[in-house]
Amino acid sequence: MIPSEFEYHKATSIQDAIAKLAENDEAKIIAGGHSLLPMMKLRFAEPPCLIDINGIEELRGISVEGDMLVIGAMNTENEVLNSPLVQEKCSLLTEAIKLVADPQVRNRGTIGGDVAHGDPGNDHPAIMLALDAELVLEGPDGKRTTPANGFFLGTYWTGMEEGELLTQIRVPVREQGVGYGYAKLKRKTGDYAVAGSPVYVKMNGDTVSDIRIGLTNVGPCAFRAEAAENLLRGNVITDDLLKEAGALIIDACDPAEDLRGSPEYKSHMAAEMAKRAIRQAIEDARN
Amino acid sequence: MAKQHISFNLNGKQVDTLVEPRELLVHTLRENLNLTGTHIGCESSHCGVCTVDMNGQSVKSCTVLAVQADKTEVKTVEGLADADGLHEVQKAFVEEHGLQCGFCTTGMMMRAYRFLQENPNPTEEEIRWGMSGNLCRCTGYQNIIKAVQTAAKNLQNANKSVETA
Ligand SMILES: Cc1cc2nc3c(=O)[nH]c(=O)nc-3n(C[C@H](O)[C@H](O)[C@H](O)COP(=O)(O)OP(=O)(O)OC[C@H]3O[C@@H](n4cnc5c(N)ncnc54)[C@H](O)[C@@H]3O)c2cc1C
Ligand code: FES
Ligand code: FES
Repeated sequence: MIPSEFEYHKATSIQDAIAKLAENDEAKIIAGGHSLLPMMKLRFAEPPCLIDINGIEELRGISVEGDMLVIGAMNTENEVLNSPLVQEKCSLLTEAIKLVADPQVRNRGTIGGDVAHGDPGNDHPAIMLALDAELVLEGPDGKRTTPANGFFLGTYWTGMEEGELLTQIRVPVREQGVGYGYAKLKRKTGDYAVAGSPVYVKMNGDTVSDIRIGLTNVGPCAFRAEAAENLLRGNVITDDLLKEAGALIIDACDPAEDLRGSPEYKSHMAAEMAKRAIRQAIEDARN
Repeated sequence: MAKQHISFNLNGKQVDTLVEPRELLVHTLRENLNLTGTHIGCESSHCGVCTVDMNGQSVKSCTVLAVQADKTEVKTVEGLADADGLHEVQKAFVEEHGLQCGFCTTGMMMRAYRFLQENPNPTEEEIRWGMSGNLCRCTGYQNIIKAVQTAAKNLQNANKSVETA
């Protein structure tokens, strides 16, 4: 299986990539290529031109700016996984990436590509929602920062404008009282989620003062279980309350039927994953 | 589409070749450079039989463009053995009967080769996680895990004897 023909250009800087995107009709960015190349082999995508952004130094690096952890879009999953700074400032990413794909895929696949692709099966979009991340985009009209909440619009459909590049992901560093949880059901190691759920909680003693519940692969794109969040926010979590939240999550899911299961099964599993992640997050906040 | 010139270090030797942009690294290795030790299984980045080492990292060569290998260092199974004989990873696969049909084996060994540099003294669980990008339809994995354990032990002993020598 090989992709159909395309022209190949290497971009040397962010500006160069933006210029090359503008010059070449229907050109596509190639980052790690681990979503794009499989789609091109199947001819689901036939871009006439690829702009390779692997050589752009500005898109690498991980640092802290004020109370934000700033991750360049071209960091590979393994680079983020192995970063002590990420582990210290936002361990949700570290724990979740352990469950993303497999070692070889994590060496090539990038966090930026995972977010930009808009695949409901990818793990990072829901993580971005749970973390309330900001995405930095650069294009012909300059640079803008947009919240991840509102960015995911549908399957392979995001708020990225044509000709734009995702350059950075900015996530709030962990504060006092914050806890994270991540639960993902998959058929085997390296598989996409049947259902997955990243959870952020902020605790005030035993009370959940704030909560964000992301959901992966149970709708046309990643989304938050807002009804369940509203039910839980401001309360002490009991088994009964969690059960009620689970029912709200099942209602919110709208998964497609495929080899991973029926919509009913996937929705129930999403609720179960979210409940596990909520418990983990509350426990995590205590430590 | 016009071919592009690429130049990279393959198993210690510099190679220069012309490739189409759409050509995948695995095809260049097998069909253009006649190194058929790197296999093709799923062709969709799932099975790991096409695993090679690129700039010190395991990658699935069915999902890397040959043009992206330009100016890199690539090692394939053909580069594992040296003048002194088989690599410890290869010896361990023989010793532990870590293969049946052998189709997955070259990818398994290339992953094990790199994994044992990332983690020279792994637990069984760490081996299972570190090798999880490689599938085998024959062995049931037990002897593959044993082979990686044996290779780890022998590589560590070899390093110790180098240090004391
Ligand atoms: C076997 C296998 C298992 C996998 N399992 C998982 C999993 O469990 N969880 C998971 O989340 N993912 C999984 N993936 C997907 C993998 O993580 C991909 O690497 C990721 O989805 C895309 O990142 P990439 O860097 O490879 O992007 P590419 O494939 O290069 O690009 C994907 C899309 O995003 C666009 N793009 C990429 N970077 C940018 C940018 N900076 N700015 C603008 N547009 C950009 C490209 O134009 C393209 O349309 C798996 C993949 C494989 C092959
Ligand atoms: S052939 Fe490359 S992963 Fe299967
Ligand atoms: S030995 Fe046959 S596939 Fe592994």
